[in-house]
Amino acid sequence: MDIISIVLVVFVAFLAGMEGILDQFQFHQPIVACTLIGLATGNPTQGLLLGGTLQLIALGWMNIGAAVAPDAALASVASAILVTYHGAGVSEGIALAIPLAIAGQVLTIFVRTLTVAIAHAADRKATEGSFRAVEFYHIGALMIQGLRIAIPAAIILAVSPQLVTNALNAIPGWLTGGLAVAGGMIVAVGYAMVINMMATPKLWLFFALGFALSAIGELNLIAMGIIGVVLALLYLQFAPEFNQGGGGGNTSGGDPLDDILNDY
Amino acid sequence: MAEESKFKLSKRDRLHVFWRSQFLQASWNFERMQNIGWAYAMIPALKKMYTSKEDRSLALKRHLEFFNTHPYLAAPVLGVTLTLEEQKASGQDIDNAAIQGVKIGMMGPLAGVGDPIFWGTIRPVLGAFAASLALSESWLGPIIFFLAWNIIRMAFLWYSQELGYVQGGNITQNLAGGLMQKLTQGASVLGMFILGVLVPRWTSMHFPLVMSRVDVPADEMVNFGAVAEAANEGVLSGDMLRGVVQEIQSGLSITPVEVTTLQNTLDELLPGIAPLMLTLACVWLLRRKVSPITIIAGLFVLGTLGYVVGLLG
Repeated sequence: MDIISIVLVVFVAFLAGMEGILDQFQFHQPIVACTLIGLATGNPTQGLLLGGTLQLIALGWMNIGAAVAPDAALASVASAILVTYHGAGVSEGIALAIPLAIAGQVLTIFVRTLTVAIAHAADRKATEGSFRAVEFYHIGALMIQGLRIAIPAAIILAVSPQLVTNALNAIPGWLTGGLAVAGGMIVAVGYAMVINMMATPKLWLFFALGFALSAIGELNLIAMGIIGVVLALLYLQFAPEFNQGGGGGNTSGGDPLDDILNDY
Repeated sequence: MAEESKFKLSKRDRLHVFWRSQFLQASWNFERMQNIGWAYAMIPALKKMYTSKEDRSLALKRHLEFFNTHPYLAAPVLGVTLTLEEQKASGQDIDNAAIQGVKIGMMGPLAGVGDPIFWGTIRPVLGAFAASLALSESWLGPIIFFLAWNIIRMAFLWYSQELGYVQGGNITQNLAGGLMQKLTQGASVLGMFILGVLVPRWTSMHFPLVMSRVDVPADEMVNFGAVAEAANEGVLSGDMLRGVVQEIQSGLSITPVEVTTLQNTLDELLPGIAPLMLTLACVWLLRRKVSPITIIAGLFVLGTLGYVVGLLG
């Protein structure tokens, strides 16, 4: 592989590492990271497919408060290099992505602890009133987060393809088959994480409705999205908590049905 | 101190703060979390407001206190704080505790609003839609995901920061009260509905385990033998083929043995029941504080075992 590709891959890895903490532009999301790595290694279609599959698995990986989720950045970057550069299969890439996500999580926890020292250094500079030094520490911490993914990516790139192929071939058939099956199932964990965060007894109704309608194959996701938005708007219009006093003067006089419902 | 004219930030300054607020989490640490990021975002404004070393040092320290909220919902808090700092720089008596109080008071409720909207609804819905495009090898998948997300995000960051800046303290009631609560509820309804759709569609669980094999009686099966014979003798006619198609359409079996797998039985019961059960089991485990990684590892073991014994495929 030529030097330009290598530089590009490491650059994408660096971006993904920074985004893994910033969570703004979403370069660390599998669908973006895997596709970019695929483009850099000249195997874009494989990257796209891997990205799509991993994205479904990583749907629910989110950092809430101080809790650190499995790391999408290392999982997407490293498995995309293995698939698009070292020639592993997409299903092998998925299976490898999970331990990689845990490794990435451990690494980010390490960096987030290390930055405590940076925060104290920034305090000292703040006493001197130095804006520049505080900025320097802040961006320095971001660079460390970028290296957190760029260095492992460079190491995986450096491993000889022969070695990777041999290692992959050494995996017995029952294990690869089993991992592929499991890969299809772990999507459920991501869904469960999102549901766990949002679900209230009332909202389960909408989950049930979505489940029942999903059997109708003709309704694609855009149609489902429209139905979902309509449901949400109707809910806001009719749910009692948004129609009674509370904010004051919110009870609409214009809607007779609403008034009747409120009387009950 | 000399009489100061009322200090005003320009739109350029506020845009500068907006741009920097995107790096809020760069130095996220376990002690004070987004504290340096917060100071980093405030610096363009502080630089204009305070010129002496002492003032700058005090201002920096004030903004290096603990702060943590959803990275996007920090924007309205920044807006409000900019207003407060503006008043302070113009000589009004606003102490550190007041500024700190506003930050702490807003960050909790706002985080609770941002998580379900951005992480719980928009990203999964957009991600799932983009993934479905990507899986059919369409480049629109990643492109739509990236553009749509960043347009929504940047618009939100800028306009909510401006809202906070213009409205000042009043915004807390607006955001934590009516409007944001409506938005959260609406987003959650959409999110839960879409999740209900996605669970059976994209969790792939297939049970090839054979439940029963029943021989199909000769008169309920398409007679392919006769067709083959006719073809070999060169007397195959269009009418004959048409007859075969009609037989298939009328529901005759095309195989001599009817195999029912566990999957067929489950599909008859309710399509997608297995993924539903799996997802509910995961929710149940998560509620019992089992970590997601443990569940994932468990599913790997289960999936592999199921594959080896032939239950899953």
